[in-house]
Amino acid sequence: MLEAVFLSPFKDMLGAPGFLVEVLIGGLAAGLMYSLVALGFVLIFKASGVFNFAQGVMVLFAALTLVGLMERGVPVVLGLLLTMVVMIALAFAIERVVLRPLVNQEYIILFMATIGLSFFLEGFGELLWGSNVKKLDVGIPDTSFMVRGVQVNKLEITAALTAAVLVTILAVFFQKTRIGRALRAVADDHEAALSIGIPLKTIWVVVWSVAGLVALVAGIMWGAKSGVQFSLSLIALKALPVLILGGFTSVPGAIVGGVIIGVGEKLGEVYWGPLVGGAIENWFAYVLALVFLLFRPQGLFGERIIERV
Amino acid sequence: MKAPAGPPPTPLLEVNGISVRFGAVQALERVSLEVRRGEIVAIIGPNGAGKTTLLNVVSGFYHPYEGQILFEGRDRTQLRPYDVAALGVARTFQNVALFTGMSVLDNIMTGRLLKMRGSFLLEALYWGPAMRQELEHRAFVERIIDFLEIEAIRKASAGKLPYGLRKRVELARALAAEPKLLLLDEPMAGMNVEEKEDMCRFILGVNDEFGTTIALIEHDMSVVMDISDRVVALDYGRKIADGTPDEVRADQAVIDAYLGVAHA
Repeated sequence: MLEAVFLSPFKDMLGAPGFLVEVLIGGLAAGLMYSLVALGFVLIFKASGVFNFAQGVMVLFAALTLVGLMERGVPVVLGLLLTMVVMIALAFAIERVVLRPLVNQEYIILFMATIGLSFFLEGFGELLWGSNVKKLDVGIPDTSFMVRGVQVNKLEITAALTAAVLVTILAVFFQKTRIGRALRAVADDHEAALSIGIPLKTIWVVVWSVAGLVALVAGIMWGAKSGVQFSLSLIALKALPVLILGGFTSVPGAIVGGVIIGVGEKLGEVYWGPLVGGAIENWFAYVLALVFLLFRPQGLFGERIIERV
Repeated sequence: MKAPAGPPPTPLLEVNGISVRFGAVQALERVSLEVRRGEIVAIIGPNGAGKTTLLNVVSGFYHPYEGQILFEGRDRTQLRPYDVAALGVARTFQNVALFTGMSVLDNIMTGRLLKMRGSFLLEALYWGPAMRQELEHRAFVERIIDFLEIEAIRKASAGKLPYGLRKRVELARALAAEPKLLLLDEPMAGMNVEEKEDMCRFILGVNDEFGTTIALIEHDMSVVMDISDRVVALDYGRKIADGTPDEVRADQAVIDAYLGVAHA
């Protein structure tokens, strides 16, 4: 029994290194896809301290809008631009209708408001574009090619590269720029931010717009992989353990957390799955998140939680 | 200071008969005062006299239901806090509002936000003019850091600093905006004697070196008398005295407010 848990899986790994690499790449790519969703959460949490329950639905909404436009014969590039405009308009609307009336309220109230927002967006999206499963084809083929005997999926590689570029830009943006600094300031202390001349409204529109655009990217990648349908909004649930691992306030944390979970669940599924009858992929992330909550609640890269008494 | 030729300059800040009410509490009642350029004005009064409310009105956090606020001669009564900041009014808070997740340096840099301009894209790439601008502002901030003697904690996380230093960093952030008017809400509250002396020195230094006009709220009377040019006393939301430190110290209404009136 012990041997089956601790030895034979590793023997299997070493026995077929090519297959191991394939599993790792698959896990890495899946992980980066989770990261894309988690990023949207991190952005809004960093800039407003609000956990945006609607992020998953925003992914769905962005993908639905893009597919809907393309179904009506709009070319891909124009469709992308229009969807971006829609996501930015959505950010303006959210600021005006949801956030502004709730300034200086408890965070839990803002959180509840985002739950409402998620129901609204879900219904609104389906009202506009219909609720049937749609196929999204933006010209990235879901095919594989071989590199030294290892199968690599083009879509997965594209997703991975996109995530990497997005993260680099966002990380620099947050750390080094005037607006990034203003975003962090707003997250930290509304009053103080106002007193040094930061208009909250503008900052919120900026951050929800960026989160909307990140949702669009995630929507495209997930939509191309598994079709645009309601269940797309449920991948937000997979982003939660990613956030707990990486820390709610860390952009790089969202990436590393996503990769650890993606790779971990693929390895678990392939090598340990047969021992428990499979389906490790479904719970691995949550168990790992639970362990983290017990021993390192701020996550790998989150800000240390300091309690002053 | 040499008096400039020409007509007498308008006061930097004029508060004309403002009133503020919170529910049944009359926080301010027809309070008027003015702050002239280059002055240090202290606002004193017992707890609940309306000092902080007055400061919040001037910095745009509250709006009075009557009265008027003029800044550099223009009506600014209904401005929002960030607009007030853009006019050149910086402030600190009674219970220190620093960005605790950021380093001291980043905190102070946020004070320069209004002075910074530039392209979103260039900034994201941290390249060209954006980088030059960042460096220029950094140089100014370093001057303030030197001035307030906080070189050693430049990289420290603001949330981990002891109280006295946090107050100093908050002052630094306000100064980074190069304000025309600096509002300090109890800059020395909770400090020991040594820290208070340091803070006095900095406040006088700021006034002297940068020519900044300062309005401050303070409880410690000896401090107030030492550093202010003028003192305004409030009690129960009303102004009860306004004059030089010596005049206000001798004012019967002020003495009554602080010591209580004997009811014969």
